[in-house]
Amino acid sequence: MKKISFTLNGEEKEFVLDSADEKLLNLLRRYGYKGTKWGCGEGACGTCTVILNGKTVYSCITYAFLAEGSEIWTIEGMGTRKNPHPIQKALVKEGAVQCGYCIPGMVLSAKAMFDKIPSPNDLEIREYMDGNLCRCTGYEKIYTALKKVAESNAEGGK
Amino acid sequence: MEKKKMNVVNTSVEKIDSLYLSQGKSCYVEDFMPDNALHVKMLWSPHAHARIKSIDISEAENMDGVRGVLYYGNVPRIPHCTAGQGYPEPSPYDTYMFDTKVRYVGDRVAAVAAETEEIAEKAVKKIKVEYELLEPVLSFDDALKENAPVIHDEEESFVPIPIPYEPEKNIAARVGMEAGDFKQGLKDADFTFDEMFETGYAQHTPMEPYVTLAQIDNFGRIVITTSTQVPFHCRRIVANTLDIPVGRIRVIKPRIGGGFGCKQEMLIEDVAAMFSLRTDMPVFFRFTREEMFKTGRTRHPIRFRMQYGVKKNGEITALGMDAVNNTGAYGGHGLTVMSCCGSKVFPLYHVNNIHFDAKAIYTNLPVGGAYRGFGATQAFFAVESMMDVMAEAIGMDPVEFRKINHIRSGESHPAFAALGEGKDGTPMSIGSNALAECIEIGAKEIGWHRRTGHKEKSGRYRRGIGMCCLMQGSSVPEIDMGAASIKMNEDGSFNVHVGATDLGTGSDTVMAQIAAEELETTADKMIVYSSDTDMTPFDVGAYASSTTYLSGEACRKTAAKVKQQILNTAAEMLNSDINELEAIGASVVTKDGKEKVTYSEISHYSLYENNQYQIAAVESHITHKSPPPFAAHYIEIEVDTYTGEIKVLKYVSAVDCGTAINPALAEGQVEGAVLNGISYALTEEYRFSEKGKMTNPSLKTYNIFSLRDKPEMKTILVPSYEDTGPFGAKSVSEICINGAMPGIANALYNATGVRVYKAPFTKERVWKALQEKKCDF
Repeated sequence: MKKISFTLNGEEKEFVLDSADEKLLNLLRRYGYKGTKWGCGEGACGTCTVILNGKTVYSCITYAFLAEGSEIWTIEGMGTRKNPHPIQKALVKEGAVQCGYCIPGMVLSAKAMFDKIPSPNDLEIREYMDGNLCRCTGYEKIYTALKKVAESNAEGGK
Repeated sequence: MEKKKMNVVNTSVEKIDSLYLSQGKSCYVEDFMPDNALHVKMLWSPHAHARIKSIDISEAENMDGVRGVLYYGNVPRIPHCTAGQGYPEPSPYDTYMFDTKVRYVGDRVAAVAAETEEIAEKAVKKIKVEYELLEPVLSFDDALKENAPVIHDEEESFVPIPIPYEPEKNIAARVGMEAGDFKQGLKDADFTFDEMFETGYAQHTPMEPYVTLAQIDNFGRIVITTSTQVPFHCRRIVANTLDIPVGRIRVIKPRIGGGFGCKQEMLIEDVAAMFSLRTDMPVFFRFTREEMFKTGRTRHPIRFRMQYGVKKNGEITALGMDAVNNTGAYGGHGLTVMSCCGSKVFPLYHVNNIHFDAKAIYTNLPVGGAYRGFGATQAFFAVESMMDVMAEAIGMDPVEFRKINHIRSGESHPAFAALGEGKDGTPMSIGSNALAECIEIGAKEIGWHRRTGHKEKSGRYRRGIGMCCLMQGSSVPEIDMGAASIKMNEDGSFNVHVGATDLGTGSDTVMAQIAAEELETTADKMIVYSSDTDMTPFDVGAYASSTTYLSGEACRKTAAKVKQQILNTAAEMLNSDINELEAIGASVVTKDGKEKVTYSEISHYSLYENNQYQIAAVESHITHKSPPPFAAHYIEIEVDTYTGEIKVLKYVSAVDCGTAINPALAEGQVEGAVLNGISYALTEEYRFSEKGKMTNPSLKTYNIFSLRDKPEMKTILVPSYEDTGPFGAKSVSEICINGAMPGIANALYNATGVRVYKAPFTKERVWKALQEKKCDF
């Protein structure tokens, strides 16, 4: 089977496809990156969100071979237990994590947003986070957490 | 229970699993799938109603990589009920692992287990089935007409307890009550009303679908790691369905990616377990999103005829509800959902003359199940819409009308005693009740005083404010049981094992707080494990708004027993009378403050030093009442009268859930329920082909709200103290899903003078209503 390589969470790695049309989600999970979740398989819910070359993609409908030579970030590259990513810290602090199944995808969409717009406004948060569904929280505490990260970024940028 | 000063309870302790969940650690069913697991794919019925004349599995069975095919010819045919409820269930045993008849589009025909998902998919297509098509029953009216096709014409189906069951009439269950003199009540009224309301199908759409993993352990037992709200019921139902002893099955609930009621069901575990038993291999079975919609459980569509009588002074003289509940092809939650249409709704307002008759009917459509709100959601649409209709008729402000009628502390209601789950209900009087405060606080927050009538509004975009009051229950009294076990470790930490099933709600954290409060220590000393039929005590599971109130009290009682042991050991260590000691700050101190031993020292002593024993206890709890949480919801909307689009501008929920054990988590329950309620009211809809096939089984065409759609939400927890709950707690998980539908309908009326009787209020339906009812453009 075909080999591909891409930079995953900052490290250049090689992967073997299990079929020509293997999806990126499947490849990641096969290689143990299980923080990326299967939620719908149709690119609608966002639980499988990863960042590919700076943009969020639904890995469940992205062919793995398209990742060749790219730079990919998954949840495994987003903070550690001892040193969580500020987005994770904020979500935890606000009580925004209920079942948690959507949260890794949310974190990556938020990271992509903050990388582009360190201090997004209300509309920008809503636009950037539109592709990640959550059924538990009503988004209220997720929104509050992201707003606080945005505010803290604004203060840090001053 | 006497009130104490809380240290841990009523604080927003960080949810104990939230950090690792946010980091994507392996913790859900699929994360545990071994590489060699077989994959299951199901052949679903393409027909709404048919008999299988012949089935040929030989080609599928002989394919490379296929390890087994199940169909009616090679499995036991044991009637059962897939609903996870107390045993014996108040529900028909009308389901078979596989049957010779299919009863809806999406019913099981045969299953394949193969080495890969792709092979399983290919093999499913090789199964040859010849059907004899039967006339399908696709609506309320079709099911109830004379000589309607009988959906459950099999001999074997039965009800395990004596409840009304008339499959020959397509009636899966029937429930009702009469109180006072309903007809006289109507006669005594100054105004009478007779209106129809109807709600549609909805799916829970947890982000994690149904998913299960069955494996055989070294003893030959089946270990089922599964996404369930009801691990113990799941074990019992799988054992029955496979005809094996309960002791041969272990059900493990890891972290669950949401449920909202749909996982209160044994829907896929039997097939995975059967394959694993036959192949001695791990077997993985996960629904696709399409399968979630078509064959997963749904919210029952219900049609209500509402009759009311009211006097000019605001006294409600009669309440009549005739309800027909479409339970789809199987009757699992039919009776109980119907019962809750009354028991969780009628007691909200004083009325002595009641007529209630409800039937759950079979159709050849998707199967109704438990869904957050559980009948109360549908019934509150009808009841709270009618409250506004009546208020207008007598010229009273809707808030005032509710204020003079709502139930108070110390009062009872005939519906409590009349309506149970397959038997009489449990008479009870209301304990804690902060509804009056909720009504006031919510009105202030939305600015009710600025509300004007619809006649004063014009133009394309019109704003309206609506409100409604709500209640629910907390657990199923005299039926549901929860238990906990707690043991002490030598560093003063405690293992807390509960059957209570955290499916994302945060109940593990709530249990930790309750145990810590009782044990006079901190929540971080609690190591909570839920739930595993081998390792944790029994609990009915996460449903009926029971976990905090029921399982929480079990946990508190267990902690109290452990505390007593701690005090006993401390008395021995300090050579002191136990009555001279108190537990405080993870230590036991003498009341004169002179001597002290820490929990760590006490545990060391008990494990290693003298008169050794394990400080540990197990306790169980059943409840004798189901204290309702109360809420007042206020909603401001804007309607585009040109398109029929309703936009929610602000949603205020003032909620009395007793003591909020963890306010942040309680708010999260409210907010999640509210947004789910809004999209249920506005956009979530099952569309069907003429032949009964659901045509929008995708998150792209079945529209749930995203962050973009979120309105401004204001949640206000209004404290009360429920004497029968742990540290004053009642429930909070379900109640707030009930408000959006009636609240928005009332706001729409306030904006336009047009009332909607059928939900969801899609743009098309609202636009049409505005046209027909001649909203003045």
